[in-house]
Amino acid sequence: MSTPSDLKYTKEHEWVKDNGDGTATIGITEFAQGELGDIVFVELEEPGFDFSQDDVFGTVEAVKTVSELFAPVDGEVVELNEELEDNPELVNDDPYGDGWMIKIKLSDASQLDSLLSADEYNELTS
Amino acid sequence: MLNKTPFHSIHEKLGGKLVDFAGFEMPVQYKGIKTEHAAVREAAGVFDVSHMGEFFISGPEALDLVQKVTVNDASKLTPGKAQYSCMCYEDGGIVDDLIVYKLYDENQYILVVNASNIEKDLAWINKNNTFDAEVYDNSPDTALLAVQGPKSVETLQKLTDLDLSSIGFYSFKMGSLAGMNGVVFSATGYTGEKGFELYFDKNQADPEAVWNAIFEAGEEFGIEACGLGARDTLRLEMGYALYGNDITKETHPLEARLGWITKFDKGDFVGKETLLKKKEAGINRQLVGFVLDDQRSIPRNGYEIMNEAGEQIGVVTSGTMSITLGKGIGMGYVEKAYTAEGSVINIAIRKKTAAAVVSKPPFIKK
Repeated sequence: MSTPSDLKYTKEHEWVKDNGDGTATIGITEFAQGELGDIVFVELEEPGFDFSQDDVFGTVEAVKTVSELFAPVDGEVVELNEELEDNPELVNDDPYGDGWMIKIKLSDASQLDSLLSADEYNELTS
Repeated sequence: MLNKTPFHSIHEKLGGKLVDFAGFEMPVQYKGIKTEHAAVREAAGVFDVSHMGEFFISGPEALDLVQKVTVNDASKLTPGKAQYSCMCYEDGGIVDDLIVYKLYDENQYILVVNASNIEKDLAWINKNNTFDAEVYDNSPDTALLAVQGPKSVETLQKLTDLDLSSIGFYSFKMGSLAGMNGVVFSATGYTGEKGFELYFDKNQADPEAVWNAIFEAGEEFGIEACGLGARDTLRLEMGYALYGNDITKETHPLEARLGWITKFDKGDFVGKETLLKKKEAGINRQLVGFVLDDQRSIPRNGYEIMNEAGEQIGVVTSGTMSITLGKGIGMGYVEKAYTAEGSVINIAIRKKTAAAVVSKPPFIKK
């Protein structure tokens, strides 16, 4: 199972990409999409939504089950992946690429350091 | 340590996602629920349901025992026929739902029960066995495959001398399958499609060879291995009850829309008195089906059902996105005033409520 080494991860099976400009992109991992199965829609908070670490910022409905998305760090939503509106299966097909979910403005970029590395995440899911 | 069915190594080989289900390690999906669901609706799918329980009831008073513990009238069964039924406690609560088969040998029945209830059911039947009847649990030795879908009959016909088209719904015949004798071909299922449930002695056959023969025969139709996930979406589109969700010991057959199998005129059975009283007093809630507007509102077990005024009037017992309709569908118990076809109810889904319309299953017209 691929786990890109340039991303950070959470125990809730999300990945976080530091864009280097005070923003970060967030999605769910390959492992998470596999556990959920066929995803039928993704509901996300709108741009402007302020959140703290561990707040719920969205919900993923799969055929079999529903799962909430927890914020990995503090921030504010600046952009949604609008492609997911019509093609939620992108999360299944390409979780680290076209299946990204939200882009956020980081409140405190140093919070990223406390997230899991790819190796640490792999250990969690093995 | 989880139990394994005779097809366990095949599930692993196929990359099935295995989960603990009723103490068995079972595949929840292989290629994905959508693909597997579509295969059953359009072609054919194969489910390993060997985890289910099979009890042999035999002896001079076998029928008396079956009549006492089940609510349907087993005296109406002729050899080669099966009936859907359920078992109740004295208070009318449901012990389990099951299928009763009448074999060709005199005084022989088979009860097929849910995997999660095998021990409980067996204890309950034994407790009520005041008759000259023997109860034998054959579950550990029985392999069971469900082959379902519009192409399932054509697929299986290649592998047997039986004329499968001559086996009517809820009937069965014994015959050979891919060279293996003594297979029960039962025209039953949990999907709403044509198909068979195939029972055989797991020790007599090479289960892997049987599985492979079926897949070879069905290859031209696009046959797929199907897991518990698709089994659930398929049964829910038909509005078939699932024990543990839609029917439990807290629910009784009359409110669960199982009045059609509850035969008060057949003589005595466990739960009859209470159920008659409930019937006379009037049923105050009922299991209904409902459909939502779109696939963005998916009901799930445990969600509250509200009326227009925002008062709770019921609870969802099963829900999913219908893969055929692309809409949320579900079943749940609601107060009597909201059970009529077309009634508008609201499902509380997280922070919002979604309107749903009460609709008599099946949700897909076949």
